[in-house]
Amino acid sequence: MRISRPIVSAILLLALAACGSDAEPAAQSSEIKVGLLHSLSGTMAISEVTVRDAELLAVEEINKAGGVLGKKLVPVVEDGASDWPTFAEKATKLIRQDKVATVFGGWTSASRKAMLPVFERYKALLWYPVQYEGLESSPYIFYTGATTNQQIIPGLDYLKEQGKKKLFLVGSDYVFPRTANKIIKAYAAANGMEILGEEYTPLGHTEYSTLVNKVTGAKPDAVFNTLNGDSNVAFFKQLKSAGATAESMPVLSVSIAEEEVTGIGVDNIAGQPVAWNYYQTTETPANDAFVKAYKAKYGAAKVTSDPMEAGYNAVYLWAEAVKKAGTTEVEAVKKAAPGIALERPEGLVTIDGENQHMYKTARIGIIQPDGLIKQVWDSGEPIKPDPYLKGYPWAASLAAG
Amino acid sequence: MIRRHLPFATVAVIALVAAPLLLEPFRLGLLAKYLCYAIVALGIGLAWGKGGMLTLGQGVFFGLGGYSMAMYLKLTEAGGAGGGLPDFMVWSGVESLPALWVPFGNPVFALGMAVLGPMAIALILGTLVFRQRVRGAYFAILTQALAAAMVILLVGQQGLTGGTNGMTNFFELFGQDLAEDSTQRGLYLVVASVLGLLYLATRQLVNSRYGRLLVAVRDGEDRVRFLGYDPALVKTVTFAISAGMAGLAGALFVPVVGIISPALLGVVPSLELVVAVAVGGRHALAGAVLGAVVMGYAKTAFSEQFADGWLYLQGALFILVMTLAPKGIAGISRSIAGRLRHARAT
Amino acid sequence: MTAFVNQLPIGLSIGAVLLLIALGLTFTFGQMGVINMAHGSFIMAGAYTAYLLQDLVLALPAAFLVAGAMGLVLERLAIRHLYGRPLDTLLLTWGVSLVLQQLARDLFGAPNVQVSAPSWLSGGVGILPYNRLFIMGLAVAGVVGVWFYLTRTGLGRRTQAVVQNRQLAATSGIDTGRIDMLTFFIGSGLAGVAGVAVTLIGPVGPALGDYYIVDAFLVVVAGGLGQLRGAVLAALGLGLLNSYAEFWSDASLAKVIVFAVIIAFLQIRPQGMFVLRSRALT
Repeated sequence: MRISRPIVSAILLLALAACGSDAEPAAQSSEIKVGLLHSLSGTMAISEVTVRDAELLAVEEINKAGGVLGKKLVPVVEDGASDWPTFAEKATKLIRQDKVATVFGGWTSASRKAMLPVFERYKALLWYPVQYEGLESSPYIFYTGATTNQQIIPGLDYLKEQGKKKLFLVGSDYVFPRTANKIIKAYAAANGMEILGEEYTPLGHTEYSTLVNKVTGAKPDAVFNTLNGDSNVAFFKQLKSAGATAESMPVLSVSIAEEEVTGIGVDNIAGQPVAWNYYQTTETPANDAFVKAYKAKYGAAKVTSDPMEAGYNAVYLWAEAVKKAGTTEVEAVKKAAPGIALERPEGLVTIDGENQHMYKTARIGIIQPDGLIKQVWDSGEPIKPDPYLKGYPWAASLAAG
Repeated sequence: MIRRHLPFATVAVIALVAAPLLLEPFRLGLLAKYLCYAIVALGIGLAWGKGGMLTLGQGVFFGLGGYSMAMYLKLTEAGGAGGGLPDFMVWSGVESLPALWVPFGNPVFALGMAVLGPMAIALILGTLVFRQRVRGAYFAILTQALAAAMVILLVGQQGLTGGTNGMTNFFELFGQDLAEDSTQRGLYLVVASVLGLLYLATRQLVNSRYGRLLVAVRDGEDRVRFLGYDPALVKTVTFAISAGMAGLAGALFVPVVGIISPALLGVVPSLELVVAVAVGGRHALAGAVLGAVVMGYAKTAFSEQFADGWLYLQGALFILVMTLAPKGIAGISRSIAGRLRHARAT
Repeated sequence: MTAFVNQLPIGLSIGAVLLLIALGLTFTFGQMGVINMAHGSFIMAGAYTAYLLQDLVLALPAAFLVAGAMGLVLERLAIRHLYGRPLDTLLLTWGVSLVLQQLARDLFGAPNVQVSAPSWLSGGVGILPYNRLFIMGLAVAGVVGVWFYLTRTGLGRRTQAVVQNRQLAATSGIDTGRIDMLTFFIGSGLAGVAGVAVTLIGPVGPALGDYYIVDAFLVVVAGGLGQLRGAVLAALGLGLLNSYAEFWSDASLAKVIVFAVIIAFLQIRPQGMFVLRSRALT
């Protein structure tokens, strides 16, 4: 015999423990549970914790104003641990065990793709707060961040207006940069721009001297940067020490917000352009209140950024849809949501009924020496979301899906 | 004889009868996931515990098995929908099915590849390194680098593999709707049975002449060589068997959990499995299995309670087990049992 | 063509970074056979020391002491009990690295922090910026220092004696426990110095160690256990290989190529470039 009896009892205990943890008190009728599912540990925690904080702020504000349908919102926070299967597992737990009314969560495309089948299977609602690569519109997901025609294409329009004809594309090796670069190449072909090079580095890559040598050797007018996370720090540090400047060769980034600037070092990135829909400096009455409330709750040194604002908005948009529907029941909320328009920190945000994305204003900003971002260009009005780029003839081949 | 098989039979009854009856579908699915990991752990227990080969790249084999299965599932779904191409290929801009994918439409081929593919790679790698008498720490680091390189390769080939996203959104397996609780329960029973059978087979193997040779190689490789055996062959075969188990576990994991991605087979998940085996007790196969289940459960329970604490706890657990109880739970339980027996005898 | 020529100094500078991060490992792994997965965390500790001081010159010795002290504590409290079980030290130290990483997250926050490079390091010669040259100089100094210590000082020679035959060294009156402590202190301290250096080129955050640890081990494996000249050659060779492989393909493929070359290389020289000859029967 090789299994001693204590092991057997250990397994027995374990099985019992697994059963025991299923006991759940019935949800009280004066409360509505909502799930917040972001990475609180692992590599993505840096970004996602702030989004969760912004969502918690929204929940708190809504509760202070009397809640939704006279009930208090109770957030159930789970950790996606920067691991896609964990996102799927925790989403299942929130839906089936905690029976939440809706879930706000995710950051990376991979986490969203992992959760999508779960939400479609159990017909539950997910609010996803980050700009992404488009080509998706699940009936059970609301996308409160930008799709490509509200960020990438306006960024290209800006570069074109600035007379930048020759571009170099640099990105981390995953779905968003590859899709974004396909769109950029199609745009360039239709607009007389030239792509001098396209390079990808593994996530977490920190040795950029070869890449910087390739970029500076090609002498582009501008670089379109879709690097992610820590790689940006290494890239900008090494680009700066190679002598490249924002004047001679601007690097337009779509994944660097106020949050990331400190880690990169303001010295290394000041003067470079970024494309988003919201900056801490965006001038709207709703934004003054948001920034003030956020700093009051989390500290004066904290900054607000686009994904945080999109997460903050998501809670309000859902609450508005619930009020309109008169119930938290998913199909009714989905039906009530289209056309809801709210004045948010980034300006007017409207839910599109067709693809459940938002109408959003595109903004180009320049990173300032104080670490904040100053707007230098905007699209003038909210842009209709077009995740499959159906409205752009040059993108016809991309939208095949 | 009865005494000999009683513990195994008890666990088998609990796993096959009690658990499916008592657990909610969500929890049963989690248990099925831990049991998949336990199959990998069993292989690690064999290779490391019995054979002394610390493999830090078991996730690679797990992943190969998982990807084989996922490719089959994606193809049946794409074929069924009439589009012919898996969803991620469409948004990656792939226009026709890559040749590599074509044979995976056949379930026999896909399942065969899930097990034989990892075994073949382990055979090749094992032959290369063990012939050259690369061992111990060198072998560990090489397998770890293999895991790192594999992740980069999978992520880079987005059109073929789905990149960082991996593959998800599976609907059916052999005509069964994967969303149904009854399908998931069936899958759980399959996983539990496979684990049980593999456990019995591995135990048989370890108790055979070959198993004794393996332990001898672990304890004194050169001495075994001087006796006229070929330690490289023994080690390579063992490594391949453990790789095959990991591959099978990966293939079972995919329909159970519904996703496969590079994040599941990198350096960290591979190490976590080794640690699970160490916690359970590497020298006993049952310890390896138990370790995987305990650590899997602990991770879920902890991250539900307080997320940040998990890293501290996991770290502390390694440190304590390695310094105070290198034989793991199995070692502790065995020494308690031994003491009890001793006390009774005197 | 200039881009091609430029890759040569770039390769050497990548090699210098690899050498710096691996130098400490030639001590802990090479001399003592301890697979120290917490090496990455000591690099991180060095980087955070630089962050706290915000002064490069001051940070170098400070980081050496901070990381060295952490190594010393680790050796005394845990690793000491595990000698002769190298694979167990691997798991143990990985546990330590998890704890240290989370500790850094709790102490300094999850986002990256900023370490500003001194102004005298801005600018450069040709393709190589001054900060790269600084790292190369630091690597050379580290190698010379280690070489001097091992071959020209009494302690160093005793260290080598312990590596070659622990029992015999002990019999000759060498306090092997003391030598182990010292070796671990120096090895960890060198990791701290490497941590200061990488703040010049990369991110400074809790996950910093993860980015360098696998590469560092590959250098030591390819170079041969405990062999200083092996580590130097392996680091420069891998640096150049990396630089040209990435130049001709891309960064992802370059990593895979480097791994394949190391496997192939170990076919020819299974114990790395240089082997410590010993009659011990294992």
